[in-house]
Amino acid sequence: MVSFLRFLINGISLGSVYAIIALGYTMVYGIAKMLNFAHGDVIMVGAYIAFCAISYLSLPPVLAVLCAMAVCTALGVIIEGLAYRPLRQSASLAVLITAIGVSYFLQNTALLIWSSNPKIFPSAFSFGTIKLFDGNLVISSETILTIIANIVIMIALTLFTGRTKMGKAMRAVSEDKGAAELMGINVNRTISLTFAIGSALAAIAGVLLCSAYPTLQPTTGSMPGIKAFTAAVFGGIGSIPGAMIGGLLLGVIEILGKAYISTELGDALVFAVLIVVLLFKPAGLLGKPVREKV
Amino acid sequence: MKFNKAIVAMILAIVMIMGLASAAMAEDALKIGVIGPFTGAAAIYGSACKFGAQVAAEQINAQGGLQIELLNEDDEHDPEKSINAFNNVLDNGAQMIAGTTTTSPCIAVGAEAYEERVFMLTPSASSPDVTANKDNVYQVCFTDPAQGTASAQYIKEHNLATKIAIIYNNADAYSTGIYQTFIEEAAAIGLEVVPEAVTTFTDETTDFSVQVSAAKDAGADLVFLPIYYTPASMILQTAKTMDYAPVFFGVDGMDGILTMEGFDASLAEGVFMLTPFSADAEDEATKAFVARYQEITGEIPNQFAADAYDAVYALYTASVNAGIDGSTSYQDACEKLIEQFQTLEITGLTGTMTWDSTGAVSKTPTAVVIENGQYVGFND
Repeated sequence: MVSFLRFLINGISLGSVYAIIALGYTMVYGIAKMLNFAHGDVIMVGAYIAFCAISYLSLPPVLAVLCAMAVCTALGVIIEGLAYRPLRQSASLAVLITAIGVSYFLQNTALLIWSSNPKIFPSAFSFGTIKLFDGNLVISSETILTIIANIVIMIALTLFTGRTKMGKAMRAVSEDKGAAELMGINVNRTISLTFAIGSALAAIAGVLLCSAYPTLQPTTGSMPGIKAFTAAVFGGIGSIPGAMIGGLLLGVIEILGKAYISTELGDALVFAVLIVVLLFKPAGLLGKPVREKV
Repeated sequence: MKFNKAIVAMILAIVMIMGLASAAMAEDALKIGVIGPFTGAAAIYGSACKFGAQVAAEQINAQGGLQIELLNEDDEHDPEKSINAFNNVLDNGAQMIAGTTTTSPCIAVGAEAYEERVFMLTPSASSPDVTANKDNVYQVCFTDPAQGTASAQYIKEHNLATKIAIIYNNADAYSTGIYQTFIEEAAAIGLEVVPEAVTTFTDETTDFSVQVSAAKDAGADLVFLPIYYTPASMILQTAKTMDYAPVFFGVDGMDGILTMEGFDASLAEGVFMLTPFSADAEDEATKAFVARYQEITGEIPNQFAADAYDAVYALYTASVNAGIDGSTSYQDACEKLIEQFQTLEITGLTGTMTWDSTGAVSKTPTAVVIENGQYVGFND
């Protein structure tokens, strides 16, 4: 029983990291209607910036996170402006391939700057652990922090898109770009803003990912990025609470599958569940089926 | 002006005399080609081999008798460049090769050397493919899978464990190969590996809590890690969070864990690592080697340096036994050395070595343990 609880906590811990990455995916998809495959690599860049700020400049952790957010926001806006905006009218496949290109570009640039030697992320956010059942159940401060960050970000994003003028503009762009433009909304600026917010979230996700799993390499963001994308689809891509639920479920399924079925089948199981869910609910758990007008 | 001319003439004379002297020496000396990456990403391995070989040659030459001349060529860890380097050293009169350092160039050069009939003894290329189907390519280091067998023997011999857990990378041939030979040997010599505590991961795995939990729940007192140091560092971290402190036992892939930027060395305290060489061993040969190596490079030699040192000694001893001197052709030397290596037994820095006809070495496994962020030899 204790070991089940331990796996559950570990699953939630892993899942909350997936969830926070998935929020970035889902937000960009929901508004710009494109899959930003470079999102995982923006996370990696964010983690490296925070690493450098803490290790080389000895900045306090909170300042390091703000620094990483600033760099990632700028990076997100630049990527969108240079790589995606010129392709706004092209087929979605072209944008998708460009995103994959950007992903490789970021990875290889990181390889040049920081080399392939793994770095250990400083444990700046560990404030000790909570131990229950004679130390058989350990909850780390990173886990708690990630979950709190998740809830705060989820609520903030929901309020932002629902209540503010910019948020309403985003939803309008997401529903119909052309109509939004006719209503006087600056579509390009709105999409830029979406990327800025998504990339700032990526910086936070990078720091939280590397606080929980401290090995930092140029490829650090890619697999969690793909898993988080899966989580976003699982929860219903475009839906903010869906990303959160999808991420948590994915983490828990992965850990419990590895623990009780087989470590070799853990990942296969995750994707099998995804396939089953999509067969029965093609829009994901919380996604709204959209009827295409013909 | 006259004065200057005189100096130039004197210098010229000296150079000519020295040239004659070295030419005379080189004629009698045994010429060994040393090929490895002296520049580029793998330079630390190649340079270690070069300087290790240099120390061996200096010691041998100081004893008098048959002299050694080393012909160094850089291959930048590139198979193509390695073949060029091989052709260069042959053109310069090399009679045998102590090399190459790294595996993929060694496989490429090995194929050429097999065609050309040049004897090769690699210090450190550890894949079984290096020696496969070639009667003239031999290794000083253990092959990758042989490390599994050696680890099991070492754990049994030093009574390190009653229950063993294993965490390995099932997407990696290196890791799976060592794992398989380890469990075979463990079963043969009666080590208990707990089946539920044998878990796997892949290169993409970020969370190791399940694997470490399985080892902990099985009550394993030793966790065997036939993996590279990056995932190993995550496993050590996870174990610490879970208050689980078994003996961790790694193989050569673990080498490098202490050099990771930002790594907390206290996590690796007490970790065992199978390695043929530890620089703080107390025997005379190691002390002399380490002292001279440090004089040349300013660094403490690693296992690659020691492997190269042993390679030069093994080639030298076999050549003396077979009556090979500076005038023997490389084809003749090759056949004689192949014959010699079937019976050769030599004690070097990395243990007492014998070879079988496949070219694989057999020697006693040794290990080091990490204490206060340093490798130290293990004595129980």
